[in-house]
Amino acid sequence: MALSQPVDSEVSSPRRPRVRNPYSRLPNWLYPAFVVVALSLFGIFAIWVVFFQHEGYYAPYLSPFYSPLIKVGPIPPGVWVAWAPLVFRLTCYYYRKAYFRSFFGHPRSCAVPERAGRRYRGETVFPWVFNNFHRFAFYATVVQVVFLWFDAIIAFDFGGRFGIGLGSVLMLANVVLLSGYTFGCHAFRHLAGGDLDCFSCSLAARARHKLWRGVTVLNIRHDRWAWASLLTVAGTDIYIRLLLAGVLHDPRWVL
Amino acid sequence: MELTSLDLKIWRGDAKGGDLVSYRVPVREGMVVLDAVLWVQANMASDLAVRWNCKAAKCGSCSAEIDGFPRLMCKTPIDEYGGRLSVGPMKAFPVIKDLVTDVSWNYQVNKEIPPFTPSDKDLSSSEPWRMQQKDVERVMEFRKCIECFLCQDVCHVLRAHDLKGAFQGPRAMVRIASLEMHPKDVLDRRPLLKGKAGIGYCNVSKCCTEVCPEHIHITDNAIIPLKERMDDVYFDPVRSLVNRLGGRSRKRPAD
Ligand code: SF4
Ligand code: SF4
Ligand code: FES
Repeated sequence: MALSQPVDSEVSSPRRPRVRNPYSRLPNWLYPAFVVVALSLFGIFAIWVVFFQHEGYYAPYLSPFYSPLIKVGPIPPGVWVAWAPLVFRLTCYYYRKAYFRSFFGHPRSCAVPERAGRRYRGETVFPWVFNNFHRFAFYATVVQVVFLWFDAIIAFDFGGRFGIGLGSVLMLANVVLLSGYTFGCHAFRHLAGGDLDCFSCSLAARARHKLWRGVTVLNIRHDRWAWASLLTVAGTDIYIRLLLAGVLHDPRWVL
Repeated sequence: MELTSLDLKIWRGDAKGGDLVSYRVPVREGMVVLDAVLWVQANMASDLAVRWNCKAAKCGSCSAEIDGFPRLMCKTPIDEYGGRLSVGPMKAFPVIKDLVTDVSWNYQVNKEIPPFTPSDKDLSSSEPWRMQQKDVERVMEFRKCIECFLCQDVCHVLRAHDLKGAFQGPRAMVRIASLEMHPKDVLDRRPLLKGKAGIGYCNVSKCCTEVCPEHIHITDNAIIPLKERMDDVYFDPVRSLVNRLGGRSRKRPAD
């Protein structure tokens, strides 16, 4: 027995009038189009920085693409570190929604017809089955976030004197947003306490319940943290690059 | 301008085929789509098939597609649609007649999920069970489900790819979550998740959450935490080893 009607084509038929999402006033194509444009732009920029650039330090600021700074021969320093946040974002539960919808049309928008293509297997087969390893990317990214906090603190040290520059503020904002994104991760929510069935059964469980609640607060807006931190990562790097090129002058206030 | 009449198109037909038929319905204040459909049934088409019961968004019977989008007819005010709308049966299930579909597949799936299973000790105890508020809170969200199957209808795995048999769908994930996270349940449904329930087919594209009339965070609170729990056993060698050595297999395998 066929359990449902055959998959229909993209055109609207009498049975399938144009799909109108009542919960959003934006047209159905806008979100996927935005994601394609934003992620493509960031992707191209990141490739340029990681593989083709060698400088990202303008004292006392270090570009987030280069932290921790590892210099070995002619290899661009970004190569050593950028893979961690890259894999983290690629396997992130929010970005999965974003790219499955926009790059693959699975589905482009809720209830709209999908392109009949190769058999859909979701995250059960290569390469998407690797999304199940998201937690390992989280571990690697936490290490990087620790370095970024270190960099952000150093960014207030102007030759031994405390000061605040526009760069310091940017670096701090960047690491705050990155922390909000990283520690709102669903894998971390699970690790923090989501895997417990009983939150009250032991002292440790009660403590983890509190942590789980805290992670949940960050997790609710995981998408916004993801976009905001992506923007500040690029912004901070561009700012430092413009300082290096002498295009901008860093406004500073040093004690 | 106050609406006086509604241009209502209703899909009429059965398993063999059908089409949209137009009806002109006088508008009353506070009218919902179900009112308009029932007006047509009472005054213009007494053979119109429509399933409903509570008219209070609590029985989950009146699920349909309004302008191609899954919603409850009794909870949808017509003035959201500016004088013109169409109603059709749920697309993911076989049509019986007009707006009525055969949703029995969902009940079959439900039977495949091992029911609530307390420990022998709890079962034989004559004392009332005591559970802390914080332990039941999380599963209470899942218990709000009214089995409208709108989430099943919108899920592209079932709707566009017709993978019933491979993936049990978001409603089933909500039920499994309500059992898996229950402090008094001792069964391990993770093999079920990986196997027959097919959680890997979900690509966290989140349409189920968008349509749920009970505002259950299906993806964030049920599916993603269940994916993480499945990952503990099948995709995290470190954790599964630690759990096995530490004897944390408190749970019994389901059959
Ligand atoms: S998030 Fe998963 S279960 Fe929900 S609609 Fe999307 S694919 Fe289906
Ligand atoms: S989870 Fe929500 S959308 Fe799905 S059947 Fe239950 S109430 Fe309906
Ligand atoms: S009639 Fe009961 S939910 Fe609509």
